[in-house]
Amino acid sequence: MIRLENLTKHYGAFVAVDDISLEVPRGLLYGCLGPNGAGKTTMLRMIAGILRPTDGRVFLGGDDVHRNAIAAKLKLGFIPDRPFVYDKLTGAEFLRFVAGLYGQEGDAVERRIAELLEVFELASWKDELVEAYSHGMRQKLIISSALIHRPQYIVVDEPMVGLDPKAARLLKDIFRQFVARGGTVLMSTHTLEVAEAMCDRVAILQHGRIVAEGTVDDLRRQHRAGDASLEELFLKLTGGAHVRELAEVLGDGAP
Amino acid sequence: MRQPSLWRVIEPKWRTALQRIREERSRGGSGKLLTLIGVGLAFWVGVFGVLYKILKYFRGVEELGPLLAGKLLGLVLLSFIAILVLSNVITALSSFFLAKDLDLLVSAPVDWLRIYLAKLGETLVHSSWMVALMTVPILAAYGVIYRGGLWFAPYGVLTLVPLLVVPAVVGSALTLVLVNIFPARRTRDLLSIIALGAGGGLILLLRVIRPERLASPEGFKNLLDFIAVLRTPTSPFLPSEWATRATMSFLRGAFDPLPLVLLWTTAAAAVTLGAMLHRELFAPGFTKAQEGAERFVRGRLWRRTVGTLLAFLPVAKREFVLKDIKLFFRDTTQWSQLILLAVLVLVYLFNIKALPLHRGEQVSFFYVTLVSFLNLGLAGFVLASIAARFIFPAVSLEGRHMWLLRSSPLDLRALLWSKYWVGTIPLLALALLLTGLTNVLLQVRPFMMVVGLVTICGLTFAISAMALGFGTLYPQFETENAAQIPTSFGGLVFMMATIALLAAVIFVLWQAVYTYVRAVYEGQPVVIGGWMVLWFAVATLLCAAATALPLWVGLRRMESFEF
Repeated sequence: MIRLENLTKHYGAFVAVDDISLEVPRGLLYGCLGPNGAGKTTMLRMIAGILRPTDGRVFLGGDDVHRNAIAAKLKLGFIPDRPFVYDKLTGAEFLRFVAGLYGQEGDAVERRIAELLEVFELASWKDELVEAYSHGMRQKLIISSALIHRPQYIVVDEPMVGLDPKAARLLKDIFRQFVARGGTVLMSTHTLEVAEAMCDRVAILQHGRIVAEGTVDDLRRQHRAGDASLEELFLKLTGGAHVRELAEVLGDGAP
Repeated sequence: MRQPSLWRVIEPKWRTALQRIREERSRGGSGKLLTLIGVGLAFWVGVFGVLYKILKYFRGVEELGPLLAGKLLGLVLLSFIAILVLSNVITALSSFFLAKDLDLLVSAPVDWLRIYLAKLGETLVHSSWMVALMTVPILAAYGVIYRGGLWFAPYGVLTLVPLLVVPAVVGSALTLVLVNIFPARRTRDLLSIIALGAGGGLILLLRVIRPERLASPEGFKNLLDFIAVLRTPTSPFLPSEWATRATMSFLRGAFDPLPLVLLWTTAAAAVTLGAMLHRELFAPGFTKAQEGAERFVRGRLWRRTVGTLLAFLPVAKREFVLKDIKLFFRDTTQWSQLILLAVLVLVYLFNIKALPLHRGEQVSFFYVTLVSFLNLGLAGFVLASIAARFIFPAVSLEGRHMWLLRSSPLDLRALLWSKYWVGTIPLLALALLLTGLTNVLLQVRPFMMVVGLVTICGLTFAISAMALGFGTLYPQFETENAAQIPTSFGGLVFMMATIALLAAVIFVLWQAVYTYVRAVYEGQPVVIGGWMVLWFAVATLLCAAATALPLWVGLRRMESFEF
């Protein structure tokens, strides 16, 4: 289980994440939605142990990410939104390096590398330096690196950015199978169709706080939205009136 | 469509620069600024002082004086032009072909001339600011000695500007042609090797021909020949010669407008021709620059050699060390600096060998011991410069990858440990080579050999730790070019702290070495007594503290990094 207790992050006077408490049980695919600047990335980076919270705690399977970091991180695979990888390593070398960070080596790792590169159609690129990879290929490599040590929890920030439709579909299947086997995925996304189709539960964040939480059906009921899509629900909860104004602005300039 | 002004095109650049200054100020950077100004002023005063003395001496020499002064200025400006062309070639590659703002500029409806002028200006500023600042004390010394008056300052600027513009245009044009032949990233690799190879070769050549011999009077056969050589322009068709003539004619009160006209018309013609070349070659070159310098790499060699040697390490540390070594040797801009390093070592040893020390037994012993001892400070300074270049940026270069390192179960101590030893072991080998070979060349006695080798080991451990510690305290996560990191404020602080450590260790050890020298000089037996042991212990403690403290501070700082 991923558990957040009163998680808070301040940047000076600005409150990026404001007292969030959340529990994501095992075997669940959980989505975090919210407009730009709502605090999703900051929250996920605190869960991954990259940022230290100003207040509050994060537990991965009972281990505090900041106080018992090694034990907690051994169970985690993190996929960031921007795919920064060492340019002068090859794809296979990068995966071997990441496996090493998790204390894994040997034939089992080599088999796993071959398997992941095959699944993500990077096998023919495995001995090529990452500097020659496209954005999407880097993203696939990072996803492979998050899976290399067979984590129990995956925290992923905007998983579909840069992926071609085939890879996006593959990733959806991988995540579904992962949770079906008892794993937990916590992801942030702007792609509401993805969230609606994939997530068992969602939380909508705004100004660093969770403004709605539950299954999509729960949210519809809570907000008396009838058969509204998640997109309509999202806009309703996060100030969607601006969208109509935006449409008018774009309309003015249309040929 | 009305084109945006050039000012508008370069707006993001100057706004970013202003913002950086504001951020520095809000972070309490006034101390930083004062330190930088202080160091800069000290450097200026130093250059001014040395040149003032030389020019004052020249001024006192009848007939020859002004010729010598002009020749000196010509040589200085010629070397500046050579440096500027090389620096502009490398800078133009980034600003014209690899900069992040190019996608926006090229896709916007901005005409080619504005892009050319904006990027030329950017290249010029980035590659010439150091040379421009360096000419201030030089021209000031000329102005003061030859009483140029207040008008000499604006006149100097008028002379200097075209002198900077011409190499910027030539450098950019060379890059433009090169990028059309090779992919941009491959060109960068090639240029790094050529530039450093040429620089290294030049230093070696200059040293091996022993220019100091030219200063001895017996070197001149005939005074008239010498004057004839001085009167001949060094390079009549180069802007450096015109700038020299323009400056010297003004200072000697016989103003000649021709050199100045030549400078400005050449600069204008160069910009025009450069712009025409840009119009023809930029678009195909920019397209080519998008190609990567892709290579297939198997990397088994490293795994089989270094990987096997490090088999005793835990897998995380081993993989980290292997990764750092691979990244270093696959980045041409990094490993190619080893060429310069090799040249530096050769010149260093050559200088020691050229010292006229072995003349008379007693004097020889004293001077040999003194040189061997002071060599520790010099070797320490060389090691500090190398550490600033290779170890200081180590943590900064991990910046973009911290998401991986911080989200993995890698202990930050292991990260710091790997970075420390990857930097320290080659530095230690170099330190022992420099000190050991120097002592062999100097024929020192075993006592000094042991003192030298042990001290340099201690200093290396400390210098390496300080480079890593200060690099962590003053990280430059946004800088992509490793070569820029040591020239930051943190790099300056590191060098100052290292010099303080070297001075302290040398001072402390001198107390012990002096006892030894005195005993040998007076023909007494050398006794390693209580005081000597105490001074050695203090030096050891200093080195140990300078090793442990920066690493500890670095670790604490690294734990507080946020990305």
